Amino acid sequence: MSNPFITTPKTEGPVPVADRGRALGGRVSSTKFVSWALFSVIGFALAEAVSLAVPDRQEVNDTAYRLILAGLIALYLGIAVFSFFGESRRIKFIGRAPFRFAMGVVLTVWDLLSTKLDILPLPFFPGPSKITGVFLDEYAFLLSNTYYSLRLFFFGFLSGVILGVGTGILIGWFAKVNYWLFPALKITGVIPAVAWMPFALTIFPTSFIAGVFLIAICAWFPVAFMTAQGMAGTQRVYFEVAKTLGAKQSYLLFHVALPNAIPQIFTGISTANGLAFTTLVVSEMMGAKGGLGYYINWAKTWSSYYKVYAAIIIMAVLFSLILKGIGLIRSRLLVWQRGLVK
Amino acid sequence: MSREHEETLIEIQSVDRTYVDTNDNTIEALRGINLSIRRGEFLSIIGPSGCGKTTLLRLIAGLDTPEAGKITLEGREITAPDPQRGYVFQQGSLFPWLTVEKNIAAGLKARGVYQAEKSKPEIEKYISLIGLNGFENAYPHQISGGMAQRVAIARALINRPAALLLDEPMGALDAFTRADLQDKLLELWKQDRTTMILVTHDVDEAVYLSDRIVVMTPRPGKIEEIVQVDLPRPRRRNDADFFRYRSEILEKLHFVSTPPPIEFNI
Repeated sequence: MSNPFITTPKTEGPVPVADRGRALGGRVSSTKFVSWALFSVIGFALAEAVSLAVPDRQEVNDTAYRLILAGLIALYLGIAVFSFFGESRRIKFIGRAPFRFAMGVVLTVWDLLSTKLDILPLPFFPGPSKITGVFLDEYAFLLSNTYYSLRLFFFGFLSGVILGVGTGILIGWFAKVNYWLFPALKITGVIPAVAWMPFALTIFPTSFIAGVFLIAICAWFPVAFMTAQGMAGTQRVYFEVAKTLGAKQSYLLFHVALPNAIPQIFTGISTANGLAFTTLVVSEMMGAKGGLGYYINWAKTWSSYYKVYAAIIIMAVLFSLILKGIGLIRSRLLVWQRGLVK
Repeated sequence: MSREHEETLIEIQSVDRTYVDTNDNTIEALRGINLSIRRGEFLSIIGPSGCGKTTLLRLIAGLDTPEAGKITLEGREITAPDPQRGYVFQQGSLFPWLTVEKNIAAGLKARGVYQAEKSKPEIEKYISLIGLNGFENAYPHQISGGMAQRVAIARALINRPAALLLDEPMGALDAFTRADLQDKLLELWKQDRTTMILVTHDVDEAVYLSDRIVVMTPRPGKIEEIVQVDLPRPRRRNDADFFRYRSEILEKLHFVSTPPPIEFNI
């Protein structure tokens, strides 16, 4: 002990997991929470009341819109009940209440300006009930197009990610592959995938395979790049430790370098995701016989802009769900980072 | 001294190692190192930074190769890392993506001998030995530096190495945690009599733990002297004999010397 009187001892114990909840000044009483819960749905209730009470000036079918509003009210009340039984959940719910209220108000105003008072010009600015009406009227057609888009995305994105991780591993691990392939990756990778479309459409037998190809190559580049980078960035000490424990090359690759690269791989996947959505829609608009991009194109030729909006809403929901799903996989695989990186 | 202490485990014969630094200067990290390490002993290598003590330890581990001379373990030349020579790094060597339990299991998995039903109790045993019960599922960033080093030690020991090489494993710890870990290390050493080779720059630590202390000096890195510590265990840090060893080594390291002569006159 060189200087036991100067050094401060560090108590050995678990480091508390960082409390990320925003402090909103202590506890939330039950009565206060109930009023917040009502506040969060009052906007939607208002929209529903306006839709029911004020007569329409435009010719629309309000059923879908009213059902969706009722659904949103039920959903948020359900979340409120769930959040009631937990202090941190209550705080989280209250944090989101003003936005939900505002959403309801915006819908009310929009509905009034369009369907009810006929102020916004048609066909470019349809009201919420006209747009959501499509969901009921063209239920089956929309669903099949959504299915086409999902299928194309699934095959294209998955093969792109698998290919990307594969080439990333080869580039990140083998010096020779790195030398010969990495420059090619850097040059071809920056080309927007849709630039290959003329070739894709002529080379591949079906527009579906062409679409898969385009989405795959647009996802491939960022994933391959980040995988290689993540593996190359592995600290030397991890390799040395593994070697002194008797590790062979395969262990160093799959149990040291690859897990080390997973955070970066997911950064690559997030980038690839955005690119893949764009490529998906563009390739569907150009050549496909189905899909949401195709639906938008088709609706446009009939000047049915409210259908274009409907397809856009489906895309927003669908792509958000896909992002959410990938986020879930990510946080599951990167559970070891929790509390380490925000 | 028991008979097993007389048997040589590791033989280092006239080892040289030089480096070229970023300015193209050649640095003699080690010159003419000769050292016999006995089976079951607790050996410390001490010296100021730049004396090549870590280089020497890396050579023994097989993480580095000597330019001249050779190092043998039980007569066989060391050419590459091997689990028979466990290595504990200064800090931050736990795999951050594995829990405490899985980091220790990595010791077995890396050399491909992990078997769920056989290895589980073994891992549990080592977790108890290092006193980390209840932290099996914690990730490295959730435990303290001292705990992390214990896990690193357990991960190396689970392979039952002939020698455990420790590269300033307590260098980054505060004094209290360090004292704690030193006792833990002694306890583990007494249990299995694994040969311990500890690199340190802490004189007290060396005297407290070691059977023998190798004192090294820098530029070029060479062995100045080997001090045999004949103190009974448990040792007392405030004992008069302890102080005697302490000052002897400090002297060897040229910390305690007569003031330099005045080289100029006004």
